[in-house]
Amino acid sequence: MPRRNDLKRILIVGSGPIIIGQACEFDYSGAQACKALKADGYEVILINSNPATIMTDPNLADRTYVEPLSVEYAEEVIRRERPDALLSTVGGQTGLNLSVALAEAGVLDKYGVELIGAKLEAIKKAEDRLLFKDAMHKIGLDLTQSQLVNSIEKGLEFAEKIGYPVILRPSFTMGGSGGGIAYNREELVEILESGIDLSPVHEVLIEESVLGWKEFELEVMRDLADNAIIVCSIENFDPMGVHTGDSITVAPAQTLTDREYQMMRDGALACLREIGVDTGGSNVQFAINPQNGRMVVVEMNPRVSRSSALASKATGFPIAKIAAKLAVGYRLDEIKNDITRKTPACFEPTIDYVVAKIPRWQFEKFPGAAPVLGTQMKSVGEVMAIGRTFKQALGKGMRSLETGKSDGAVKYSEDLIEARLITPNPDRLGYIRYAFERGYSEEQVHALTSVDPWFLRQVREVVDEEQAVGETSMENTSKDVLRQYKRDGLSDNVLAKAWNVSPLTVRERRKELGVTAVFNRVDTCAAEFESFTPYLYSSYESECEAAPSKRKKVMILGSGPNRIGQGIEFDYCCCHASYALQEYDIESIMVNCNPETVSTDYDTSDRLYFEPLTLEEVLNIVDTEKPDGVIVQFGGQTPLTLALPLKAAGVPIIGTDPENIDLAEDRKRFGKLLDDLQIPSPENGTATSPELACEVARKIGYPVLVRPSYVLGGRAMVIAYDEDTVRRYMQEAVHFSQDRPVLIDRFLEDATEVDVDALADMSGEVLIAGIMEHIEEAGVHSGDSSCVLPATSLSAETLATIRSYTERLARALNVIGLMNVQYAVKDGKVYVLEVNPRASRTAPYVSKATGVPLPKLAVGAMLGKKLSEMTDARGELKVPQYFVKSPVFPFNKFPGVDPSLGPEMRSTGEVMGVGENFGEAFAKAQLSAGSPLPDKGRLFLSVNDRDKPGAVALAKKFAELGFELAATRGTAEAIRGAGLTVKTVFKVNEGRPNAVDLLKAGSLSLVVYTGTTGAHAFADEKAIRRNAVTYRIPCITTMSGARAAVEAIASRRRDPIRVWSLQEIHGTPSRTSGVKAKESATR
Amino acid sequence: MWSNRGYPRSGGITLLNLAVLALEDGTVFEGQSFGAPVERAGEVVFNTAITGYQEVFTDPSYSGQIVVLTYPQIGNYGASEADNESAHPYIEGLVVREFSPLSSNWRADQTAREFLTASGTPVVTGIDTRALVRHLRSRGVMRGVLSGAGGDPKALVEKARKIPSMAGLDLATRVSTKERYEWDTPVVACSPSQHVGKVPEAKHHVVAYDFGMKRNILRRLAQVGCRLTVVPAGTSADDVLALQPNGVFLSNGPGDPEPLLDGPAAQVKKLIGRVPIFGICLGHQILGLASGGKTYKLKFGHRGANHPVLNSVTGRVEITSHNHGFAVDPGSLNLNEIEVTHMNLNDDTLEGFRHRNNPVFCVQYHPEAAPGPHDSHYLFDDFVKLMDGYKK
Repeated sequence: MPRRNDLKRILIVGSGPIIIGQACEFDYSGAQACKALKADGYEVILINSNPATIMTDPNLADRTYVEPLSVEYAEEVIRRERPDALLSTVGGQTGLNLSVALAEAGVLDKYGVELIGAKLEAIKKAEDRLLFKDAMHKIGLDLTQSQLVNSIEKGLEFAEKIGYPVILRPSFTMGGSGGGIAYNREELVEILESGIDLSPVHEVLIEESVLGWKEFELEVMRDLADNAIIVCSIENFDPMGVHTGDSITVAPAQTLTDREYQMMRDGALACLREIGVDTGGSNVQFAINPQNGRMVVVEMNPRVSRSSALASKATGFPIAKIAAKLAVGYRLDEIKNDITRKTPACFEPTIDYVVAKIPRWQFEKFPGAAPVLGTQMKSVGEVMAIGRTFKQALGKGMRSLETGKSDGAVKYSEDLIEARLITPNPDRLGYIRYAFERGYSEEQVHALTSVDPWFLRQVREVVDEEQAVGETSMENTSKDVLRQYKRDGLSDNVLAKAWNVSPLTVRERRKELGVTAVFNRVDTCAAEFESFTPYLYSSYESECEAAPSKRKKVMILGSGPNRIGQGIEFDYCCCHASYALQEYDIESIMVNCNPETVSTDYDTSDRLYFEPLTLEEVLNIVDTEKPDGVIVQFGGQTPLTLALPLKAAGVPIIGTDPENIDLAEDRKRFGKLLDDLQIPSPENGTATSPELACEVARKIGYPVLVRPSYVLGGRAMVIAYDEDTVRRYMQEAVHFSQDRPVLIDRFLEDATEVDVDALADMSGEVLIAGIMEHIEEAGVHSGDSSCVLPATSLSAETLATIRSYTERLARALNVIGLMNVQYAVKDGKVYVLEVNPRASRTAPYVSKATGVPLPKLAVGAMLGKKLSEMTDARGELKVPQYFVKSPVFPFNKFPGVDPSLGPEMRSTGEVMGVGENFGEAFAKAQLSAGSPLPDKGRLFLSVNDRDKPGAVALAKKFAELGFELAATRGTAEAIRGAGLTVKTVFKVNEGRPNAVDLLKAGSLSLVVYTGTTGAHAFADEKAIRRNAVTYRIPCITTMSGARAAVEAIASRRRDPIRVWSLQEIHGTPSRTSGVKAKESATR
Repeated sequence: MWSNRGYPRSGGITLLNLAVLALEDGTVFEGQSFGAPVERAGEVVFNTAITGYQEVFTDPSYSGQIVVLTYPQIGNYGASEADNESAHPYIEGLVVREFSPLSSNWRADQTAREFLTASGTPVVTGIDTRALVRHLRSRGVMRGVLSGAGGDPKALVEKARKIPSMAGLDLATRVSTKERYEWDTPVVACSPSQHVGKVPEAKHHVVAYDFGMKRNILRRLAQVGCRLTVVPAGTSADDVLALQPNGVFLSNGPGDPEPLLDGPAAQVKKLIGRVPIFGICLGHQILGLASGGKTYKLKFGHRGANHPVLNSVTGRVEITSHNHGFAVDPGSLNLNEIEVTHMNLNDDTLEGFRHRNNPVFCVQYHPEAAPGPHDSHYLFDDFVKLMDGYKK
């Protein structure tokens, strides 16, 4: 069955912004699908609201729509493009949901679009609990036993039948409230009583508990001829009870006999067939009772997923790419295995190494959220590590996280051991290790955690080794023992610490003894066939398979695990750097450890090293590859941290000198530079003690912005309005030292913040890529602020000043490549807040808005090319329409956390809205960000005194648009004073019904609530903001945001639903990569 | 489960005796001895399956072979009587990257190490198995000596050079049962959640030639309603026919098929056309020889659980379990009489054929799995259908 020729144009639906549970793995899968279908001659149309993705690059599809993933906008895309088919399975749950919605709304039928990948019926069967249950019973697969009950008697009867403990879930309660685990009759009666009461339909689902069971997952693929294969098996280190996304997982499964594994394989294939996934990839999750081997199906996803991305990286088998090909009719045996070239893709990969995935959490960004793991995913990123053994993989994984935990920087408390082992939490592995250090037995740890004994033994053996290292000296450690340490994943840092020497000394000693890293290949076949793809991982085996080439080569250091402030945007830059190198005929070598990304696709670079981004591992690669240059400016903070040590080790860093990158971070030297350039910045100082900090703050005058040196994403940054806050911050919140002092700046209230991305080359030529005006005032972290290109409210004079400052800064810092500058504009005066001579979070957004891939030009500059050779653009890139970037927040995953915005970044992702006017672009961005603005209804206003005049003007505009008004007393008086009708509403502590009651009752459609930014938030504000999140009512916390909302709503009333592809906006011929993008003459 | 933590350790590292694997080409790998402290010789081959080490240990087809498992973590789930493919391990020795001292699985009745040590099998761990496999892949499988008790590498290489080559070796007769026996045990579920299906009433009597039979073949045949009489490799066609079978089965087994040309293959030739015949692995090669074909030795063989085999009758691809170092040359078969039914998609080797005019079919790979995928269980049903049709 070869490719379908009846299909010409295929629409691919992307997954939208990065959110918890749906991250850049779908950029990887979507990009693969686009590439595969395009390579096969199909015209690909893409819709995805996320500008930070590689998949929304204009050369990946023929038509790229960065538009909201809603039925109305998708229909408009379909109406314009008339695709023959829609591929529903590579855009995560978002893509699947939109596909279903389009089908159910009749849009697909109306335009004759065929759903490919998974049919509507199959999607429903997999997603609907009851249909799924029926389907599984039909094929003889067990599920957890469950029953809906509406009385205590029936509940008791069922619980007695299946045995305790049981899980109770009241139907239709918000966030699963009223549920719980009953371990006995008494608890059952208690929870059931309240559950039946809380449930609006008075029903509670009683489910058999599988907590502590072993958890597995199989990645399955099937073609139209019913050939089906398992790509990978995965076993969770954390047993059932923790979301797979929050579990440490291991590939392949470690503790299944062949018989059990084959039973699971049979089950997975039967499941795929019964659900009716005709083509493509799916995953099926299973739980196994470790006592008797009983196996139940937990769930299946009829699409590519986070675990399929992991499985692809773990095996070298590109699931999404193959899924796309199967969707258009190919059979598995008609597709070649890229890695072996000779054998077909119709086989089951086998591996001769062990892969560990470890999630990365950021509970510290969400004070008030308990750092506890359960069935809702909380992690923001993950790392994958490959080792020849589990121990090696786990060790590498722990240091890939960049949390410092692997080096023993974290302090553990003996009193907490049992609690931390019993309740899953982000540092459970750390506590398991600590428990072993403190002499706990494997039996004890197993009893507390239910983690499989095999895993515990592995962890304990490593802990034993680590403890034993210190008992002898480096000199007295034999080559064999040292080699064994390295084979078991102990880092040079750990050894160095135990031996009280520097890590580089350990490295020297290793080399002396001949204990050096070698590189093995990921080849899908355990070395049975030759591998042609240099996809490599390090080990301490006997033979190196790297086979470095003699070509000119440049190595790119990636950005590691996604975290807030350092996410997909940096991966976008790294990928583009790689593409650019290849275009310049230079071999590109990628180093990264994030399995979700496009950068870790073996297809992206000439060579891929799947390794932790540590000095040790990077130097090992440098030793083997001997690159002509290393790029550190695209991967965010991770590679920058390595820049100076690498330079000191003689590694050739290309682009802006690491010393200058460092200079920009060094407050004193940078302050002097600004003085020399006569560029103003807010008054500032540094401090290394609480007393000094208060003194500096007093001198500068409150409010002040206080933050540590060297952070990304505003980690631990606060705005202090008084001395108490500064003192508390210095005492509790932050670590500082002589070389890393705390930075204190005057905080400019009500200033407009501006972000500038610029490029510079060796000759000192500077190209301003974009001047982005923030919609939220200064004080909100730039990553959490919406911004617009081009700037809408800045005067020509201000813009000229900004350009001039940017050029002067670039030259002064000898920037070669990318630079980002943050400015604050207050009363017409421009202040520099921060300069980062490296790629910024906004680089992909600016690239999409201008049609010029910035990282590509930056790489050219690093290679010594002049900007003027590479592009016709001079001075500043043109922006042909309005482009608004808006952040997306994970507050709904952290109930109880105050969702107000401040200097600490908390958004996980971003979207872009495109429009002919600002309002239109902003409205689309808000819709895409999941906070669509209402067209009508009642606006609730509560603003601080400073904002009252603005609130009146705002209220007037909303009233003109037909909104009813409600406000708290003070605000209402001000509005009424202007002759408007407004309902006065109680604050939370004033009586009832209050604002929160109205919110819950659904009688508010929009909330504008400005508190006192950065100072102690009052309970009232928090309650309103929290409930707004819970009830999904847009809640705007800044006046400028509210003004933007008015314009957006006006646009929604005025402008038709319209969409533009990036190709038509930028006039790019769809099949060129377009460094020399034609700049549109419009605007 | 928690036992066996008491190995001597130093610097946190388990200390074991030196074990040496010496190859005939002079390559030597040194590791740690984890099984019996004995010296054994054989052909060094590798298997790429991730699960199923116990089935590999006990598959008589591995007799005369030292097995390298490419998956680096072996022994994790221990050993259980239910997973034995024969009475005891047949491998000469085992080479692994890391052997688990602990077993973690509810089905295990002993650790994998205890299992191997009890049978006197030497194990070397800690060696770079990937480098070894790459060596065997490029040079071809070769003879070797595995010493679980250390020893002079040079002397071991010399010994390796002196052992007989696998080519030309009749091992099947050696491992075959000495006595005829009956078998009626079907497949046993490995979990309360496994549904193996009802066993139909036995309606066919099958005489199975044991050339190194795996138990799961017998279980699978019993599962589809066969009553089995297992006979030694040297049983004559007349003796077989005297048992009045409804069908004859030819098992898997070790060694080179060619020395069997005048023995079992000649007897099988007499049976062709007189009774339905089904062959697996060595049984397939014997049918190849009996049908006038030739066999040859593969460079490094097929051993694993992930081989794609195209069934040209159904057009579907089966993921299959393999263990063979020899193959039937399709060019040597008379295609007027014989139809090729299965081909390996990795290297285009012959994986199955049937006679156009006689009730005979066979596959080179292992439809009984154990270890491996169950995609090809249908072949046992096909055998029953063939016998059904012939009976009428």
